[in-house]
Amino acid sequence: MIVPLWTKVAVAAGALGIAAAADAQQIAEPGKLLLTNGIGTIEGASGGGLTPWAVIAGNATRDGIGVQASATAAELKDYDFQVAGVAIGALDRVELSYARQRFDTNWVGGALGLGNDYKFDQDVWGAKVKLAGDMVYGSEWMPSIAAGVYYKRSLDAPIVRAVGARKAEGTDLYVSATKLFLRWSLLANVTLRATNANQNGLLGFGGDKRNARTIHPEGSLAYQVSRRFVVGGEFRSKPDNLGIAREDDWFDAFAAYALNRNLTATVAFADLGSVATVEGQRGVLFQIQGSF
Amino acid sequence: MFAFVAFAALMTPQAAAQEQPVEPYKIDPTNAGAAPFAGDGMARAFGGQDGISRIVDRFVTANFADRRIGEIFMNQDEVRLRRVLFEQFCYILNAGCTYTGRDMRAAHKDMGVQQGDMNRLVENLQAAMQAERVPFAAQNRFLAKLAPMRRDVVER
Repeated sequence: MIVPLWTKVAVAAGALGIAAAADAQQIAEPGKLLLTNGIGTIEGASGGGLTPWAVIAGNATRDGIGVQASATAAELKDYDFQVAGVAIGALDRVELSYARQRFDTNWVGGALGLGNDYKFDQDVWGAKVKLAGDMVYGSEWMPSIAAGVYYKRSLDAPIVRAVGARKAEGTDLYVSATKLFLRWSLLANVTLRATNANQNGLLGFGGDKRNARTIHPEGSLAYQVSRRFVVGGEFRSKPDNLGIAREDDWFDAFAAYALNRNLTATVAFADLGSVATVEGQRGVLFQIQGSF
Repeated sequence: MFAFVAFAALMTPQAAAQEQPVEPYKIDPTNAGAAPFAGDGMARAFGGQDGISRIVDRFVTANFADRRIGEIFMNQDEVRLRRVLFEQFCYILNAGCTYTGRDMRAAHKDMGVQQGDMNRLVENLQAAMQAERVPFAAQNRFLAKLAPMRRDVVER
């Protein structure tokens, strides 16, 4: 008997449909506790603002798949910085992320001979895997532990080479440990990152002073004021590879508010130190994050 | 004398509340799954036994009525749950009770609780504590005692 191809396809599709329906009953609806998925980092992964946490983006638990989107804008003394990021988190275990960063040099671009309002752009692709532990549950002293990678590509290769970077693309590797210490209402995160990125990669990777990756600690500490509201601070140490543009560690103080289960608004005061030869880059950062 | 004993028997929780029988188990306060707080600070933050009782009532009612996890509770003995949950909270908060219920693993056996269900339960508990105006830091200190119980509640 010859079965028409379309019948086979229809039968196969029907079987798949049944299988999908059966699976759907096993997939729980999203249900993370408020704020326990963090916000969107400037590199697209979930975490604090500057540093990734050992959490998985989106509202899904170990029984589902969730997504996060974040839009971040920072107004610094002499620069503007914008990030749009998306991340998908599966089974509270694996996270894939993408972010586009745009760094507007305003008047500094002109002074550096790039032209006023010259913009550095960068793509950041990320992957993170939760290895062990849990941020909220389980042993009180056992944090969630995750390892991740960022692949970053500057879209301004000729310029970043001209300022002394060895490469326009690079890879960061990191491990993070994150715990919500309920007894103190304190969330703590520690991250170690191996990187040779200059200003997070916007000025390329490696330089005349050093080319190889070095390991840099980062940290976040936040106090949970209420179910919806946290205040805290962050720290991120960075390499200093370029002879012509000294680079400083980053700090911020932030407040994040969960408007509801799907929207979190964050405001931060950031101190990025010296950036592309201009000192004292302090300013305000806003972020709105959606997660589902 | 006989009349008095019969009356006393009627007043025991089981008789008064009409609990369903459960498989025999060894009564031991450590079944509560967490060591009690020291001192009376937490008991006072929760409004003593009266406050704890209102929190448990509100919490249990919310769980049975919950769109998401109500069906997990549907087949549970609500009368017994109210009693043992009160005892457990009161015992852990050091508010002057002992715990006579089962351990957490036995009490949650075969319920099919998923992680998101447990989170919803925590949210219902937070709402009940908030309604009783328990300070948020004290709410979290209490949750810190409950969080390690997840392994006995959630089925992988």
